[in-house]
Amino acid sequence: MTTTIIWTIAIISGLGLLLALTLYLVAQRFKVVEDPRIELVEKAMPGANCGGCGFAGCHAFADSAVKAPNLDNHYCPVGGNETMKKVAEILGYEIKEKAPMVAVVRCNGTCDARPRTSEYDGSISCKVKASLYAGDTGCSFGCLGCGDCVAACKFGALSMNPQTGLPVVDEEKCTACGACVKACPKAIIELRKKGPRGMREYVCCVNKDKGPSVKKACANACIGCGICSKTCTHDAIVLENNVAYIDFEKCKLCRECEAMCPTGAIHGVNFPKPIDKDAIKARVQERQKKAREAAAAAARQAQEPEQIKKEESNG
Amino acid sequence: MARRTFSIGGVHPADSKISRGCKLEYLPIPPTVYIALSQHIGAPAKPVVTVGDKVKVGQVLAEPGGFMSAYIHSSVSGTVKSIGPRKDLSGNNQMVVEIAVEGDEWMENIDRSDTLVTDLPEDPKAIIEKIKLGGVVGLGGATFPTHVKLSPPPGKTCEMLIINGCECEPYLTSDFRTLLEKGEQVVIGTALIKKALGVAKATIAIEDNKLEAIEHINKVVDSLKSKGPEYSGIEVLSLMKKYPEGGEKQLIDAVMHRQVKSGGLPIDVGAVVDNVCTALAVYEAVQKNKPLIDNSVTVTGECFPKQANLIVRVGTPLNYVIDYLGGVPEAAAKVISGGPMMGKAIANLEAATMKGTGGLLFLTREQTKRMPESNCIRCGKCADACPMGLEPFLLNRLSKAGDMDALEANAVQDCIMCGCCLYSCPAGIPLLDTISQARGQVMGIMRARAAAAKAAAEAAKAAAEAANGSTGSPTVK
Repeated sequence: MTTTIIWTIAIISGLGLLLALTLYLVAQRFKVVEDPRIELVEKAMPGANCGGCGFAGCHAFADSAVKAPNLDNHYCPVGGNETMKKVAEILGYEIKEKAPMVAVVRCNGTCDARPRTSEYDGSISCKVKASLYAGDTGCSFGCLGCGDCVAACKFGALSMNPQTGLPVVDEEKCTACGACVKACPKAIIELRKKGPRGMREYVCCVNKDKGPSVKKACANACIGCGICSKTCTHDAIVLENNVAYIDFEKCKLCRECEAMCPTGAIHGVNFPKPIDKDAIKARVQERQKKAREAAAAAARQAQEPEQIKKEESNG
Repeated sequence: MARRTFSIGGVHPADSKISRGCKLEYLPIPPTVYIALSQHIGAPAKPVVTVGDKVKVGQVLAEPGGFMSAYIHSSVSGTVKSIGPRKDLSGNNQMVVEIAVEGDEWMENIDRSDTLVTDLPEDPKAIIEKIKLGGVVGLGGATFPTHVKLSPPPGKTCEMLIINGCECEPYLTSDFRTLLEKGEQVVIGTALIKKALGVAKATIAIEDNKLEAIEHINKVVDSLKSKGPEYSGIEVLSLMKKYPEGGEKQLIDAVMHRQVKSGGLPIDVGAVVDNVCTALAVYEAVQKNKPLIDNSVTVTGECFPKQANLIVRVGTPLNYVIDYLGGVPEAAAKVISGGPMMGKAIANLEAATMKGTGGLLFLTREQTKRMPESNCIRCGKCADACPMGLEPFLLNRLSKAGDMDALEANAVQDCIMCGCCLYSCPAGIPLLDTISQARGQVMGIMRARAAAAKAAAEAAKAAAEAANGSTGSPTVK
């Protein structure tokens, strides 16, 4: 009886040892050497696996970052500069700090401003709606209101406002991963610089139609009149395809364009004081008047010598 | 004898051809027409007129913008007011030529008499050239340029021409009226296409809910047999009424018992399919020099008081057509361009008709009400109904997940958007919406991939040639 037990223990233990040794040898033979820094970098990442950086997830980002010669093509929009500093420390690289970004919805076609021209009863998806027709309003560029962007956001930063029928971005939660930008079939959402203390100016419209038909479709639309681009002294506003666009790298947040816009399509957010449109308008008009007078004077001066010359030749 | 039809799928919606008794009628010319530059599959046409030009009926407004493109002619006489974007029936911008109508002056070479011209041109190439100059496109719905269809790629031969007179969509009756009232022209057009293709056999396929048309065309074919050898070999075939019989691939299956493979064209199985109205347009373009400037449009619906089959000039605003017949009825909730199965709901009644516009259908709220969507119960009705042998329930799920690779593997690109799946779904799932969206996206990906492959092949070829050149020729310094 005892011998049987001893034999059993001995055989099982021996077998165990043998298998353990085999496993050890196999593991040694086929060992995959992974850079230990990959794990360190991955730990420093936020771990949301959102794909906002352009890689499949945080591990893929870490893997690529470790192999890359510098961090120029690697930036985690969710973790921002802090995370990137940690990653750079681990890898011994230098990083260029990026200004924090935020998703901005560039449509203000609220239910009041943009009358509905038809009724949509198809699948509740912007993607499908855009493939079927221009949308249930007169504007073929604006928000379709089915909330594809809300569904795409992994951070709960987007929600639909039932009053306006438009998506709203929660700036605290938005990580600027860009998932909503990709989800929007009308390309309304843009990642813009968050700005100092969150202050920023943007054109809240993407309608490329000509003025009269835009005006008919939506009261809040950019009609492409070009007053803003003429007002801007920082060369930050481009008027292309009947719609204005403010370059956030050049904008100095003077709010002149916002005051001058006839349809209120330019929005300024997070400013400490409400805008005093009349004061700014008066200031701008004064400046423009002076500029016109100066130009006229210059033209006269340029003409005068010619006139004198003419008179001389006539005489 | 068993009634012939296609082998898989299909549904039997109610016929509702309430306008079948209404004779073809010419709509008065509207004060302004808007002629779109992209009325066909392929590249938009390039305008050759400028603002302020005086044009006559049948004058060329735009030339083909590529191989796969078509001529566009003025459907009225008058002055070109503008060339620019205008909202089409789905509300999207499209380039149109706006013409203010003055009188009705036609180009001199157009034969406007009613006399039948039965002598066909000798040269098949001359027929195709005249079809091209006439701007004829397929009027069955796809608006495929006809001259391209009639020039099969080298190595492929056509064995049979099928003229599609099925008109399987409920409500629509314009093809039926064309067969009854312009049967002779259709048969001569068939003979012309047959000659252009160089085939011996042509079949005019008509569904058996249009017995008058079958009888009439049989008589016409018999009477024209004496006119020349080109008129022999044309036969009329009665098919069982089933939707979507008029689909190109379904029709080939029903008539020839051959299946077109995924991604293939009818010519791969030796068939060319053209619509009845296309045959009429071919007759007019070749024998009468009259380009495609008007087409027949059925205006119908239970709630619409005045049913009509109208011959409408291309570019006529839709609301002009509707006002002529008494305006939009109170009860109408939805206006559809085309039939109820494949037609497109119109978001903008100011849009103008195009070459391919076949019907204007008014439906009440009751008729268009969608069932509330509930969960898929895996009954498989959609898969049974699909005439292309696809699995709509699966494609719907994949489309929602956005899995483009799996969608392509499950052949979403083969979908003909007939709507049988949506029609048969007991859970009210908007299958067609999601599948057609995915189909568009997958086809875009496939096109981009093909273009990239072509560019890469060309670059490799150029590189190889450059390498050969540098080794073959001595360098001079």
